[in-house]
Amino acid sequence: MAELDTSGGGSKKGGKVRSKKMSTRVDLTAMVDLAFLLITFFMLTTTLAKPQAMDMFMPDKNDKNPDQQLDVKASRTMTALLGSNNKVVWYMGVLGDNPPTVDNFGKKGIRESFIDMNKEVVSKTGDPKKGLMVIIKPTDKSNYKNFVDILDELKIAAVPSYGIVNKIEPAEIDMLKKQGAYNDSKVQQ
Amino acid sequence: MPKVKIKRKSTVTDMTAMCDVAFLLLTFFILTATARQPEALKVDTPSSTVTMKLPDTDISTLTVGQGKIFFGVVGQDVRMNTLERMGEQYNITFTPEEKKRFGVIESFGVPMASLKQFIALDNSERMKLNQPGIPSDSGANNELKQWILQARYAVKELHNKDLRFSIKGDANEEYPEIRKVIDILQDQNINKFSLITSLEGGDSK
Repeated sequence: MAELDTSGGGSKKGGKVRSKKMSTRVDLTAMVDLAFLLITFFMLTTTLAKPQAMDMFMPDKNDKNPDQQLDVKASRTMTALLGSNNKVVWYMGVLGDNPPTVDNFGKKGIRESFIDMNKEVVSKTGDPKKGLMVIIKPTDKSNYKNFVDILDELKIAAVPSYGIVNKIEPAEIDMLKKQGAYNDSKVQQ
Repeated sequence: MPKVKIKRKSTVTDMTAMCDVAFLLLTFFILTATARQPEALKVDTPSSTVTMKLPDTDISTLTVGQGKIFFGVVGQDVRMNTLERMGEQYNITFTPEEKKRFGVIESFGVPMASLKQFIALDNSERMKLNQPGIPSDSGANNELKQWILQARYAVKELHNKDLRFSIKGDANEEYPEIRKVIDILQDQNINKFSLITSLEGGDSK
């Protein structure tokens, strides 16, 4: 009879078509690769997603009990003025008593000054608890990055106490201008 | 001489178990990962060496960048309650539908007057919109102050906890803008807050 032979030839004998037994094994290598790649991705993103936070405290604005205020000797204080162009100008004690120093942010800059001055003050007072007291005064020309940087440097240098003061004396601005750290910050960026 | 035959071992290993474990872990991480909403205001946070993490709940984030201030608080219930209170303050009534929609907005920067239209927008349209920021000038029109105050009330009422504040500022933002935010917080006797920074890498450690 005229039958269409769909089989590819060969096993015509017997009429019984034997289905080929396929192996059930699948190569999983690629799948495992992909799975681990995704695992790595999700592991890293979940831990990195949470933002880091730096705690900061501001001095109380309305002083109800001024007698509780801490008196700090001028020789222990260091005033750091944040100027423009990523510069920081600092002086010890009262303005005019000691010459101001211009520093930049970074390992060799303000951090070393903090560490050195802290050591000096501690050796002078002879009490490790009575270390340096830093007063930070961010000027209008400074940016937020400088502000975070200086807080960070304080933490690295292990300065025992610090305060943030937003009131800047005109004499200090004059001094900053003299040091060339009070330009319009828009220009340099 | 009899030759010593070295048996050839097949290099194919059974990977079924490995595959199982891998996918189990994958499922776990996918489920625990929180989907991050795109930020309304892109800011480039300065880096620092601190490694303290922010808490997950009862925290409000004030984003400062490009001279604008955006406000956001964690928790849908807190947001809805805050909106209700803000409506009372500014004599705007919000429908329950609007409150629900506001509940999913993580951070925003529009004045109260246009908040209703803003809520009505689609999520994608909202992203495209150039939000002007929340008015924070001193005086009667200080909406940011109200938002902060009402959010604190809302958290106190719902969770009986103090709301914490964090400032997320752009690295190049000028300091006066940050000072304005700090001043607003300090006016309400909040002297402790967090600054959000990214992790510092490399040389300065």
